[in-house]
Amino acid sequence: MYRYDSIDQQMIDDRVAQYRDQMARHLAGELSGDDLRPLRLQNGLYIQRHGPMHRIAVPYGMLASRQLRKLAEVSRRYDRGYGHFTTRHNLQFHWPKFEETPEILAELATVQMHAIQTSGNCVRNVTTDQFAGVAPDELTDPRPWCEIIRQWSTFHPEFAFLPRKFKIAVNAAASDRAVIRAHDIGLEFVRDPSGETGDSGFRVFVGGGLGRTPILGKVVREFLPWRHLLTYLDAILRVYNRYGRRDNAFKARIKILVQALGVEEFARQVEAEWAHLADGPATLTAAEFDRVAADFAPPPYAPLPDEDLGFSAHLRDDKAFAAWVRRNVHAHKVPGYAALTLSLKKPGVPPGDITAEQMEAVADLADRYSFGEVRVSHEQNLVLADVRKSDLHTVWTLARAQGLATPTVGLLTDMICCPGGDLCSLANARSVPIADAVQQRFEDLDYLHDIGEISLNISGCMNSCGHHHVSNIGILGVDKNDEEWYQVTLGGQQGNDTTIGKVIGPSFAAEEVPDVIEALIDVYLEQRTPEERFIDTLLRIGSEPFKARAYQGRDRRKPAANDSERKVANA
Amino acid sequence: MPRIIQNGAIVDDPRTPFRLPEGASPETVALPAGLTLLPLAVWLARRDDVLALGAPAGVWLDSNEGPEAIAADLGRIAVVGVNFPKFTDGRGYSTARLLRDRYAYRGEIRAIGDVLHDQLFYMKRCGFDAFALRADQNVEKALTAFRTFGNAYQAAVDQPQPLFRRRAA
Ligand code: SF4
Repeated sequence: MYRYDSIDQQMIDDRVAQYRDQMARHLAGELSGDDLRPLRLQNGLYIQRHGPMHRIAVPYGMLASRQLRKLAEVSRRYDRGYGHFTTRHNLQFHWPKFEETPEILAELATVQMHAIQTSGNCVRNVTTDQFAGVAPDELTDPRPWCEIIRQWSTFHPEFAFLPRKFKIAVNAAASDRAVIRAHDIGLEFVRDPSGETGDSGFRVFVGGGLGRTPILGKVVREFLPWRHLLTYLDAILRVYNRYGRRDNAFKARIKILVQALGVEEFARQVEAEWAHLADGPATLTAAEFDRVAADFAPPPYAPLPDEDLGFSAHLRDDKAFAAWVRRNVHAHKVPGYAALTLSLKKPGVPPGDITAEQMEAVADLADRYSFGEVRVSHEQNLVLADVRKSDLHTVWTLARAQGLATPTVGLLTDMICCPGGDLCSLANARSVPIADAVQQRFEDLDYLHDIGEISLNISGCMNSCGHHHVSNIGILGVDKNDEEWYQVTLGGQQGNDTTIGKVIGPSFAAEEVPDVIEALIDVYLEQRTPEERFIDTLLRIGSEPFKARAYQGRDRRKPAANDSERKVANA
Repeated sequence: MPRIIQNGAIVDDPRTPFRLPEGASPETVALPAGLTLLPLAVWLARRDDVLALGAPAGVWLDSNEGPEAIAADLGRIAVVGVNFPKFTDGRGYSTARLLRDRYAYRGEIRAIGDVLHDQLFYMKRCGFDAFALRADQNVEKALTAFRTFGNAYQAAVDQPQPLFRRRAA
């Protein structure tokens, strides 16, 4: 992975000094709470329901084992010995002390980590495929591009005070695992579609986003040769910075600007701006790409046969292991190797939470079996990307001892779930207890495996951190007259067929949610053909039978005209 | 006399932004005497009157006013003020970059309004060379803000070469 040189290191050390000074001025009464707020947010520090929350950046999901160990150490020293992985690869500490946060950042800087721009109205952490570099279906490794974007966006002097937050995602594989069309900018690595140049570059999507107005990104440029990446990003951001709405935080994302102008006019303005920037000094060079890409060179894989006899024997003899392999082990482009998901969806534990002991155990597993690296997936799990098939059974045994081998990746209980009302001050409703109730209802593994591939995501409010819009079944917490209710959407998808789900009707009380989900699953089980996943059946028969069953026997109050509006994200 | 930061030093400067009084019209308002920064609307309506006064002209742009409006006049404007109604309104950064990069403006670009210590580093990178800080700011201490970072990744006005073109050297 990318290793800082002395200049990169100096930059984050300078950042720590700057933040320390800002906090000192604040505590001395020289910098007001209002003036500090955007500054602390751009260092990841929120003030939430119970106090501060500190969001640490994990750039495009890559973690070295020593970084994970440092996170464990920090969580013990400055927090309550655990952390929470988010859908944007980041790690949150939910119980730090306000005045100790400069120390946390100083500690992290010793292992090339930081909390830069993990919040605030600026360019956020770029996200990508958790199988980058190892997926058999990828055209190229997206991580050098992510790192180049990370450097461009870090302390960008012109775009630190945008109308709203700004998220960029990169996909370089045949199937999109980064939900790029749900981002402000989605970049898809492609070869020149005209076939004339043999050049590579990006298809550029702009204006996607979840939140209260879910919209999928639209193509503003079919093909952008790679060397123009940064100047083109500058052009998009400049148009947004100048013309994005600043009068209403709910209408300030770039998607609203793209919608208001129409994508053609928006694209025309970007191109007009870019005409002045193209081929300028910010044009990327092959030398820079090569410098960055060298840090992502494949690790020293051993030449192995693709089949491993020991592995095959375990598969045959050990049913529990086989179930885990079926869900949690993924294809690898190098023979004899596999990628695997360490699940953070153990029943009874909030999705994405990890203890300090688990962090250290994962770091040890990475060192022993996966070249010392770990990835964070946007589904809030961890990935060891380079494990020998012959080691899988051992890794499984060790992971299981740590509660990290729940064999449910891609199944109903592999939920994405935001922290919700237990912690987040923006929430309309709690989300973790819902996840917990679903875990309890669907605890039978055979049943889960029988239901098969399905996605169920939960957000505690319209800010949609839990990605509920793009899951087959989405649960959204809403607030009606100060009571927690849950709206259900159906038909959302991520991947190449990314789709925004549709609300099925009036919301449900918390205790109804598991029944409703079970009702939806029952319709699927009754109606499916042998090959169909939940989403396939839904698309074939339509949502009516599902809706009818969900509301069967339920006396619905008239839905409130408008689920009450709460605050916008960024506390 | 207001103290501002100009080219890295603290100086006294009499030029303050003139704001159109309530109900006054740009066409008929009495022009302030001496060095000033005029609102865009007044400049556009009274350019010839202003130039006839002979003093080096100053114009300020609000955050919703782009540099396009004065692009043709820049040769006759000594100081362009860029207003930050709130420091979180970042449009002024693009305004300054366009003035320098697109219109090759070499006069003074002065940040006015909600101008705070912690924004100075980015402002300077975008081409500001003068800063009229908000009244409660410590101007002496603010001078240190320009040294916050020893380097920067992006191409900008103060360093037109991005770091990746300078790393090897
Ligand atoms: S979706 Fe709402 S409740 Fe959940 S973390 Fe985001 S802002 Fe908080």
